[in-house]
Amino acid sequence: MIKVLVPVKRVIDYNVKVRVKADQSGVDLANVKMSMNPFDEIGVEEAVRLREKGKASEVIAVSIGPAQVSETLRTALAMGADRGILVKTDATVEPLAVAKILKAICEAEKPGLVICGKQAIDDDSNQTGQMLAALLGWPQATFAHKLELAEEKAQVEREIDGGLQTVEISLPAVVTTDLRLNEPRYASLPNIMKAKKKPIDEKTPADFGVDVTPRLRVLKVSEPEKRKAGVKVKTVAELLDKLKNEAGVI
Amino acid sequence: MTSLVIAEHDNTTLKETTAKTVTAAIALGQPVHVLVAGQSCAGVAEAAAKLAGVEKVRVADDARYAKIVAETMETLILSLAEGYDALLAPATTNGKNVMPRIAAKLDVPQISEIIAVEGPDTFRRPIYAGNAIETLQAAPGKKVITVRTTTFKAAGEGGSAAIESVAAAPDPGLSKFVGEELSKSERPELTAARIVISGGRGMQSGENFHMLEKIADRLHAAVGASRAAVDAGFVPNDYQVGQTGKVVAPDLYIAVGISGAIQHLAGMKDSKVIAAINKDEEAPIFQIADYGLVADLFKAVPEMDEELAKLGY
Ligand SMILES: Cc1cc2nc3c(=O)[nH]c(=O)nc-3n(C[C@H](O)[C@H](O)[C@H](O)COP(=O)(O)OP(=O)(O)OC[C@H]3O[C@@H](n4cnc5c(N)ncnc54)[C@H](O)[C@@H]3O)c2cc1C
Repeated sequence: MIKVLVPVKRVIDYNVKVRVKADQSGVDLANVKMSMNPFDEIGVEEAVRLREKGKASEVIAVSIGPAQVSETLRTALAMGADRGILVKTDATVEPLAVAKILKAICEAEKPGLVICGKQAIDDDSNQTGQMLAALLGWPQATFAHKLELAEEKAQVEREIDGGLQTVEISLPAVVTTDLRLNEPRYASLPNIMKAKKKPIDEKTPADFGVDVTPRLRVLKVSEPEKRKAGVKVKTVAELLDKLKNEAGVI
Repeated sequence: MTSLVIAEHDNTTLKETTAKTVTAAIALGQPVHVLVAGQSCAGVAEAAAKLAGVEKVRVADDARYAKIVAETMETLILSLAEGYDALLAPATTNGKNVMPRIAAKLDVPQISEIIAVEGPDTFRRPIYAGNAIETLQAAPGKKVITVRTTTFKAAGEGGSAAIESVAAAPDPGLSKFVGEELSKSERPELTAARIVISGGRGMQSGENFHMLEKIADRLHAAVGASRAAVDAGFVPNDYQVGQTGKVVAPDLYIAVGISGAIQHLAGMKDSKVIAAINKDEEAPIFQIADYGLVADLFKAVPEMDEELAKLGY
């Protein structure tokens, strides 16, 4: 049976209204609620279900970032992951460096499947899973809608621009999650308690020989152009009149 | 050096996203080539050759590219990469699928979903669902870029690029295409439509989306949806507009029964004109709508259909 590796990222909670710092150096992360990237939750859920169905032997959660990412790992453990690996760094780690660290972990742990979120909702890059697959020379199935695991291969239905596509990939492989793959569970209180006793192995990027120095220079982070509220119309007829005669769009 | 644009097509038509990506590539200030990988795709190559500003079209016409999987595309692009210092693709599900593999193999970061080219190595891209815009400078070396096509105009016609065939690259044999279930519609594509009408959870059922389809047919519009409407199974996944769905910027976007969560706004707030119909006057969608109608959609939408008919649409 295969092991499943699930990388999890700590990001600003999806409900938080993001604010750009006045000095344009980034967004304000002080005192805002942080959570596990929602797509990674879907990844953890999928991995735990595979183990529950007897298709995976172990679920290993990995998180890269400052000491607080241990909270994100504990969430994954409370959802059912068996153990965690924390790769500690205070640096901003770009997707390519994340992929390199994950590659080294894959070489050591030899999982049959890595399930990543399709994108992190902070930098919206949508890169890490694909980069990891390429670095390992593995196949990938991104934007997974449905995953079926067989001996040494998987069939994955993918959400694509035109609808759905099914691909067959050999294992080991990388799968990235889309929204409809599953609905992640909430961790129960007993499971949160149990998670506290599950092991977390602490590492640093240097342990894997990965240089995480950013390759892209962020010159500034600015506010997007703001739209302002327009007018309220009273009737459908008035709406159509405005669209036709004022805005000229119909 | 030169930039290479990876064409998006279905073996018969070249997608407009390619022409828009060409515009982004031209802004880098170097000659632009286009790669067409497909099977029996000569017509696509000819269309690409007509795009103004394209110097050369390279065609890999082979059975293994009839349906593209990331792994075969990777070996093909890498076989050509040496001659280019920028590789660009539209930020479609295809582009997003393939390009990070190329970046990783070239050991360079990918710059995702650029919305502006500020200089040969400086780009702007949205982060945090478009709530912040990052200006990035790439290090010297090859650049791998995906392009948010809603912010670039399509390159016009009038070019006459040379067409040259390139050899297929080895298929690593790691994956294979099994099948697809594509949404069929006579309506324009969501990302290319001039008018989009989208429904949310307020629509209550897939049946009720027919009301929107009727309006769409009158206005030659595409139909979209919020995540909630897709999750509830009212409409297929490819209708989803938003941070993690499709990004659209039509002349007119009509949001019906959609509250206006930031994740939804991320996909439509660059529309030229936004109209919203929602029964809750406090709904956040009204904060960005040019025209807001506080009404029950089950009354307003049928009425809109009648009024449009009266106006001769
Ligand atoms: C990781 C992640 C990614 C996401 N990505 C996306 C995305 O890409 N796109 C997206 O859309 N969302 C996305 N979401 C979801 C987003 O946060 C919202 O939950 C979603 O957009 C809400 O959809 P809605 O507006 O249809 O539903 P609701 O928020 O439930 O709003 C329904 C609206 O309909 C109105 N209404 C109800 N009945 C009527 C009626 N009879 N007449 C008139 N109005 C009526 C209500 O007043 C309400 O405003 C994402 C969320 C997460 C966590």
